[in-house]
Amino acid sequence: MTASSERQTEAWFLAKQDLNVLFDELHRRERTIIGPTIDQDAIVYAQIESVDDLPLGWTEEQRPGSYRLTPTGRNSYFDFTVGPQSWKTFLFPPRIVLSRAARHEAGDWRFEQPISEHPKLAFLGVRACELAAIQIQDRVFLSGPFVDTDYEMRRDDVLLIAVNCTTAAPTCFCTSMGTGPRCSTGFDLAMTELEDGFVVEVGSPDGRDLVDALQLPQATLTQQSLAEEARKQAEQEIDRSLDTSDIRELLLSNLDHPRWDDVADRCLSCTNCTMVCPTCFCVSVTEVGDLAGDKVERRRQWDSCFNGEFSYMNGGNVRNSIRSRYRQWLTHKLASWQDQFGESGCVGCGRCMTWCPVGIELTEEVAAIREEQP
Amino acid sequence: MTPSSNPVVAGSESTRPADARLPQTAVIDRIQPEIDGVSTYDLRLVDDQQQQAFGFLPGQFNMLYFPGAGEIAISISDDPSRRDAIAHTIRVAGNVTGCLATKRPGDTLGLRGPFGSGWPIDQCIGRDVLLVAGGVGLAPLRPVIHTLLAQRRRFGQLHLLVGARHPDLLLFADQYDQWTERGLMIHRTVDRCSGEWTGHVGVVTLLLERLKTFDPDNSVLFCCGPEVMMRFTATTALRCGVGPQRTWVSMERNMQCGVGLCGHCQFGPSFVCMDGPVYCYDQLAAYLDVEEL
Repeated sequence: MTASSERQTEAWFLAKQDLNVLFDELHRRERTIIGPTIDQDAIVYAQIESVDDLPLGWTEEQRPGSYRLTPTGRNSYFDFTVGPQSWKTFLFPPRIVLSRAARHEAGDWRFEQPISEHPKLAFLGVRACELAAIQIQDRVFLSGPFVDTDYEMRRDDVLLIAVNCTTAAPTCFCTSMGTGPRCSTGFDLAMTELEDGFVVEVGSPDGRDLVDALQLPQATLTQQSLAEEARKQAEQEIDRSLDTSDIRELLLSNLDHPRWDDVADRCLSCTNCTMVCPTCFCVSVTEVGDLAGDKVERRRQWDSCFNGEFSYMNGGNVRNSIRSRYRQWLTHKLASWQDQFGESGCVGCGRCMTWCPVGIELTEEVAAIREEQP
Repeated sequence: MTPSSNPVVAGSESTRPADARLPQTAVIDRIQPEIDGVSTYDLRLVDDQQQQAFGFLPGQFNMLYFPGAGEIAISISDDPSRRDAIAHTIRVAGNVTGCLATKRPGDTLGLRGPFGSGWPIDQCIGRDVLLVAGGVGLAPLRPVIHTLLAQRRRFGQLHLLVGARHPDLLLFADQYDQWTERGLMIHRTVDRCSGEWTGHVGVVTLLLERLKTFDPDNSVLFCCGPEVMMRFTATTALRCGVGPQRTWVSMERNMQCGVGLCGHCQFGPSFVCMDGPVYCYDQLAAYLDVEEL
């Protein structure tokens, strides 16, 4: 779509020097703002208070097995893609208390669920692939016969302020998964950064409310056109792809393909990929008791199908070899997920490749299986 | 006889747990030692209303919780029409079951459930039914036996083919006479025996091969036992004319949440705690042949 043929869409403009006004308005609405900030040489998501917390002038250089922050020399707040975390850290936290058991005077065990207060959240800087990942986890946790009540509570009333990517990493392949780079759905606001400000699109009544409260002027045609160019830039920079045609059949009918042995030689089963993946949801429950053993908490904690004991049963691990565990992860993510949830589990964010210590690229693994058909 | 369109009432319906992650308090009413290392625990929810309302489908399981030790998935093992207690037949095998072995009547624990899919009793209407059990595998099938015998005339021939390592290890042997009287033909086999044994010796699939009285074109087969035994039973069944679409098995995997949210029990594309543990064999056949799936 060229700028001249673009239909005039409704868009607003937030000047760069006014970005803090957005923070003020969110604070006025008693929102805890989660957004990108630099910590331990990476851009992570954490609670932020003002524009000063944003990674102004920073980008990342990432490729399989490598991640480095580098300065851009530009006055940009969002000139990067994705880091080691995803928003699941806040909607589906790494550790929560599931229930508590206490022995009563009569000696019997009684059980209760913790009642917890959760702050109202605003996510600032959600990428298109991440919006898709949130929607995928919505389906996992909310659409089955048993709803995850903790996720439901945290997910309720989160303001999603998305940011359109204006650059792409060598690890990105959202275009192949149909999830980006453009934010099209599932956000309250979507912002595209220009040199002097942000073109803001509204995606919901809550977003419209925010735009009105901020009294933003309408974006000019020029500004909209520049935003479109910036978004196209991201799309053009994507040079990785995953051929998803018949991928479910391809993987599930190649469970004994020699490529699994090949990747098993490289994979350390370190679980990094599952930790950084925005859709992985495997957990385990641990018991934490007091000294007397009369009060016990059940804590839910992130686990990973790459852990050896994850599939433990009757004195042994069903998936004892790294080969079987890598196969489980990849076939679940790209194939079985479709059986379970009606869509792919992968959004093409590329994190699993960046944060793999040995740089395994799942796009390459799938391509190898596709190519060497017995 | 063709199956009627009138579904069988499987003793009771499955009640949806109020909040599937929160255990309810259950008290051990009775512990019945069965065979060596195996006992049946009658558990009763202390909330009497909940106990009366508790219903399950044959084949479903509960998560039993021992605070401090952990949770285990155990199939419910007795008559679904019982209201007084919920029976679980358990072999002491690991940490959590070891903890259970120290419990006495009057002790309490947590119970979540029922979860999972049930044996398709409807498929039995008007058909011959073959129940094939190995070792403790008879426990998840006992609710089926009660359900079928309670409405005996709706079904054709009823056969139980049960195998154990040794005659002393035949589970629920003290109930076999009652079941036979009510119309269940029971065939036993053991791996090894002492001089007094006059029955079959060998694997349970041999019983299936030797059974000639049922109509393979109008039969269903429910099998429960070690995975290797279920696979061999399914192939034998096929040879005897009962195909994978008429064969059901009860799968086991590491179950933790029971509600398809923790990921542990996945087997191929399936969550065993929700799509199973009872599966039609033709859904699984391809996956059972894959090692370490």
